[in-house]
Formats: sequence, C-alpha cells, structure tokens
Amino acid sequence: MIKLSGIHKTYQGVQPLHVLKGIDLHISKGEFVAIMGASGSGKSTLLNILGILDDYDEGEYLLDNTPIRHLKERQAAHYRNRMIGFIFQSFNLIPFKDAMENVALPLFYQGVSRRKRNELAMQYLEKVGLRDWAHHYPNELSGGQKQRVAIARALITQPRIILADEPTGALDSRTSVEVMNLLKALHQQGMTIVVVTHESGVAYQTQKIVHIKDGLIERIEDNVDPTASPFGHGTVMK
Amino acid sequence: MIPIRIDRDQWGEITESLLRNKTRAFLTAFGIFWGIFMLLLLMGGGKGMEDLLSSNFAGFATNSGFMFSQQTSKPYQGFRKGRWWSIQVPDVERVRHAVPEADVVTPTVRIWGRTALNESKSCNVSICGQFPEYDRVDNPKLVYGRGINEVDIAQRRKVCVIGSRIHQELFSLTENPCGKSFQIDGIYYTVVGVSGKTEGGMSIGGNATTTVLMPYTTLQQAYNIGSRVDILCLTAREGYDMKQVQAKAEAVLKRAHRIHPDDKQAVNMVNAEAMFSMMDELFGGISILVWMIGVGTLLSGVIGVSNIMVVTVKERTTEIGIRRAIGATPADIIFMVMSESVVLTLLAGMSGITMAVLLLHGGDVVYSQVNPDAAPISFQITFSTALVAAGTLSVLGVLAGLAPAYRAMRIKPVDAMREE
Ligand SMILES: Nc1ncnc2c1ncn2[C@@H]1O[C@H](COP(=O)(O)OP(=O)(O)OP(=O)(O)O)[C@@H](O)[C@H]1O
Ligand SMILES: [Mg+2]
Repeated sequence: MIKLSGIHKTYQGVQPLHVLKGIDLHISKGEFVAIMGASGSGKSTLLNILGILDDYDEGEYLLDNTPIRHLKERQAAHYRNRMIGFIFQSFNLIPFKDAMENVALPLFYQGVSRRKRNELAMQYLEKVGLRDWAHHYPNELSGGQKQRVAIARALITQPRIILADEPTGALDSRTSVEVMNLLKALHQQGMTIVVVTHESGVAYQTQKIVHIKDGLIERIEDNVDPTASPFGHGTVMK
Repeated sequence: MIPIRIDRDQWGEITESLLRNKTRAFLTAFGIFWGIFMLLLLMGGGKGMEDLLSSNFAGFATNSGFMFSQQTSKPYQGFRKGRWWSIQVPDVERVRHAVPEADVVTPTVRIWGRTALNESKSCNVSICGQFPEYDRVDNPKLVYGRGINEVDIAQRRKVCVIGSRIHQELFSLTENPCGKSFQIDGIYYTVVGVSGKTEGGMSIGGNATTTVLMPYTTLQQAYNIGSRVDILCLTAREGYDMKQVQAKAEAVLKRAHRIHPDDKQAVNMVNAEAMFSMMDELFGGISILVWMIGVGTLLSGVIGVSNIMVVTVKERTTEIGIRRAIGATPADIIFMVMSESVVLTLLAGMSGITMAVLLLHGGDVVYSQVNPDAAPISFQITFSTALVAAGTLSVLGVLAGLAPAYRAMRIKPVDAMREE
C-alpha cells in the first residue's frame, strides 16, 4: 500500500534542518503500523508526507502504486480527499460546524449533494457511536468525542489508508482506549492504518512498530500479539 | 476550472462567516454602502440642479447673442462723446447683408410699466414688439394658441401673446383666453396665444410671465416709436462663433451710426452662447468632481473590505488548512473567499443604491410640492445608472476579494497543524 524509498526532507529556514535522512518503508494493505520516536525525530514530518500534506525533497513515494511526487495542488487535493483519512492530535474540527457537518465536509468537496452527504455523515457518526451528538458543536463535545467525530470524518470518503498523528495525545487514558478500540476495529475490517505515537501502550496495540531516530528508521519491531500489551490487556499507558 | 458549488451549505457558510463577526462585517459594509450612496446622491443632485437650470433656459437658443445701444464714450466725426443713439430697423437689413454668418437677425422693442386691464382686473405688464423670427431666439413655449405671424406684422393687427401671470390675473388659469380681449393704454388687443414660460426662467428684457408679446409694427404705431430697436437679437449659423458674428455686427452698427471704431461702450453685447458653454463646463466640472468624490469613497470602501477580509483569512488559517487537508482544492478556497467578498459588497452596495434612490425620490416629491407649477425636474438617477452601479459593485466585490483570496490560496494543509 505504501512504498517509501530514500525519502529526504529538509526544512528550509535560517538554519536548514535536515529532518528525514533517507527513509525506506513498506506498509502492506491491511497493516496496522505505529511510528515511534523521540520528540523532534521527524515522526510528524513523515506522516505529513504520507498524507500528502507536505512535500519531500528526495526519494520515491508510491501510494497504492500511485507515484506521489510533484503533484499539482488540484491533484494533491484530490488524492487527499479520496485516498487518505487524516486524524490529528488536536482533532481539527471546524468550530462553527456541528458534528454532522464536520463529518460531511470531505464529501462537500467531492460535490456530493447535501442530503446524501448528511445521510452518510449520520451513518458514520453511528459507527463511532455518536449518532445522538450529531447536532452538537465541537465545543460541546469531550476530547474523546471530538476525536471520534474526526475519525468519522476521516472514514466518510472510504480512504485507502488512515493516518493518525498522536490521535490519543490530547486524551486521558480512558478516552484513549475508546479511540484505540475504534482504530483496532477498523483494522479488523481490513483498513490500513498508520499511527504516530510516543505512548508505548498505544504502539503495542498495533502489529508493527517503526522506531525513528534522528530522521532514520532505527528498527522495525514486529508485534506478534497486539493484545498482549506490556501493561495488561486493553490498557494504555499514560 | 473553478468548481462552483452553490448549495445551501455554501450560502450557509457565507452568511455564517459574515454573521460570526457582525460588527466587523457591518463596519466593512458601511464603507461600500456610504461610497455608493454618496456617489448616487451626488449624481442625482447634480443632475437635478442641471435640470433645474436648464428648465430656466427652456426655449432659449443656446447659440444666441444680443446687442443694444448705449451712450458713446469717444468723440468721432464731429460728434461729442456721450451722445445717445439707438439701433434702427434699417440696421437689421445692414447686418443681415454684411454678416452672412448670422442666421437670425431680428429686432425687438420694449415698452415698460404699462397696466393691462380686463374690466375690473388689472396687471402690470411690459410690452415687447417683435417679429415672428424671434421665436427662433427665445421660443415662448406656447401653452395655448399661436405666436405672432407675418400677417400680424403686415396688417399691424392688435393681437398679442400673453405671459402666464397676465393669464392668471386678467382671466383665469383654467380658461383658454384666446380670442378674448383686454386693453392697454386704451387700445384693445386680442389674445392669440399664451406663453408657457415660468417664473424665474431666463428671458431677455424682463420677466416673461408679465410680458405681452405683440407685432413690432403694431407697437410701432401704437406708441409712435419710429423705427427704434431696443435689442437686436442674433443667432449664429452652424459652425460659426457668436463672438465673430457680434464683432462683425458691431462694426456694421458703428459705421452706420458714426461711432468711433474703438468705442468700447457704445454697443453693448450679451453673448448667450459663451454663457451656455461656460455653464456646460461648470456642470462638466461638477460631474467630474462628483465622480472623483464618489469613486474615491467607494474605492476606500473596497480597500476596507479587502483589508478586513485579509485579516479574517489570517484568523481562519487553521480552518482553511483543515479544509485543504480533507480535500479542498485551491479553487474551492478562492471561491469561498471571493463569494464572501462579493456577497458582502453587493449587500452593502444594494442597500446604498436603495437608500440613495429613496432619498432622491423624496427630493423629487418635496420639490414638486414646494414648486407645484414649476417645470418638472427630477433628481432621480436613471434605471440604467442603477444597473451600472450594481454591475460595478460586483466587479468591485471581486477586486476586493483578490488579495484575501490570494492569501487564502497560499495556506497549506500543514498549516492546520500549526498555530495551536
Ligand atoms: N514547518 C517546519 N519548519 C521548520 N522546522 C520544522 C517544521 N516542522 C517541524 N520542524 C522541525 O523538524 C523536526 C521534526 O519535527 P516533527 O514535527 O516531525 O517531530 P515529531 O517527531 O513529530 O516530534 P513530536 O513528537 O514532538 O511531535 C523538529 O525539530 C521540528 O522543530
Ligand atoms: Mg509530532
């Protein structure tokens, strides 16, 4: 599903910062992968490149056999919309839209009719258990609920891959479990998921943990039994 | 191509975004509102003033000029300075002959301070003796009857055209006085026409509403004025300047009456053509001024909209970043910002147009009530002016949206993650 080879990324600035120094990574369809690493190691940078939110300087990126390089903005927007569901640490819901409208928004950019997309949005809210909260605004929702709305929004376009940057980073341990359970359920339905985290409790619920250090992949750890968290079943270390 | 997705959400987003910051939207809109309002108001006012002034000149030939005699100021050929002289009927032929550039050359004579009587009713009048050609210099805009004609002249008929005031005083405004008679200085004259000229309108030689127009020859006989001419009226032929025409006519008169060619005082002249063209220039100047003020105000309104929208876009960086991250194209974002700008501009502008139209209409109503029988004038802007204004507003809305839309377009999806 994802094929990265020799990805380099330098942030230009007063002091150019070489963040990714040659990343090679393979993620197959249906895999549930965690990316771990110290703060500033380049996890978010990598995930943004995967999500076509940012450019890379060197290397090759194939997403579902589509080369992602030098895309026109319009094309990039199209791929973001159709192929990728992105989940942010800070939820990134639009504050003046209610839950249903937030979930429906990606379909708006596909030109889906209002009735159709609101109908679908309700279905996806149902899937994340928030049907009754459809007409609440983000500031009336708890962190966990917001993140579930964000997940519904990521899912509504039926993307090929879900990318989550510290999806539990702003949540307490109980709501973190809710969110992780949701992602695991998606994985079980066959979704390819990449999660950036620095909570090992989260990482150990995935199949494969990619450790990043100083812009390079340090090692890839296969997690044989994702349910066997070192901190016990169904828990997340906080 | 820009995908245009206008559905209820799109409208919802525009109004929502404008309503979210009501005060700001209102203040911004006010600049545009005020600009278009002032522009139209000034345009309407300027047009009304022009109408008002030109209604005063209704019937008056814009290429006309007038000459009359005054005391000489230089001795010449044995005559002392300070000699009284007057233009005579034979001078008319002389001028016609020597000045082919003149179209109409016609004399008038005036008798002042007479009293017209109709049984017990009376009215102070002045009498103007003239030829039919005079209509081409200062048309009486008859509301009843006919003007003085050649037969009247030839037969010295005792007929006249009366001004509206005389009509009112001696008869009644509702009746047609044609065929009725009244007397001046013991002589009865039959009314053949009524002048439509209004109070305050421009006329040569006195108030047109209290003037009795009659054949020159009739007056000549009744008051024994010989062949005296008080005012020699001229119009210039197409393509000729009244100034040239008058200069040549002046020379003719001076030669015929033995006046020093350099005498600046003896022949007095009024050049209506020069006056009219000065007035044209004045109104031209006023309308340029109006445009400058109005367009300036409007432009500053547009710049205001643009500025505030740039600030709004900055504040909405995260939101726009989110939209980009979930698949909005740059065109989607441009359209979003542009439509907000256009809607705001149009809303503000339309209320400005409406307000101006209402106010100008109020002006019309008040004017027609204060001056019920004055010439109908209108301050109202034309429908096409309003349409042009509306069209201009849409263009201005787009212009105002350019800078903010450009900024919005440059917001990258990663910007959704920063600015926490
Ligand atoms: N837009 C940017 N411009 C310049 N430097 C940046 C930019 N974004 C990130 N960086 C720098 O790149 C490095 C990697 O950042 P990145 O966000 O990928 O780290 P991370 O691994 O996600 O860290 P964390 O765990 O704190 O989220 C950091 O040193 C950061 O300061
Ligand atoms: Mg990060």
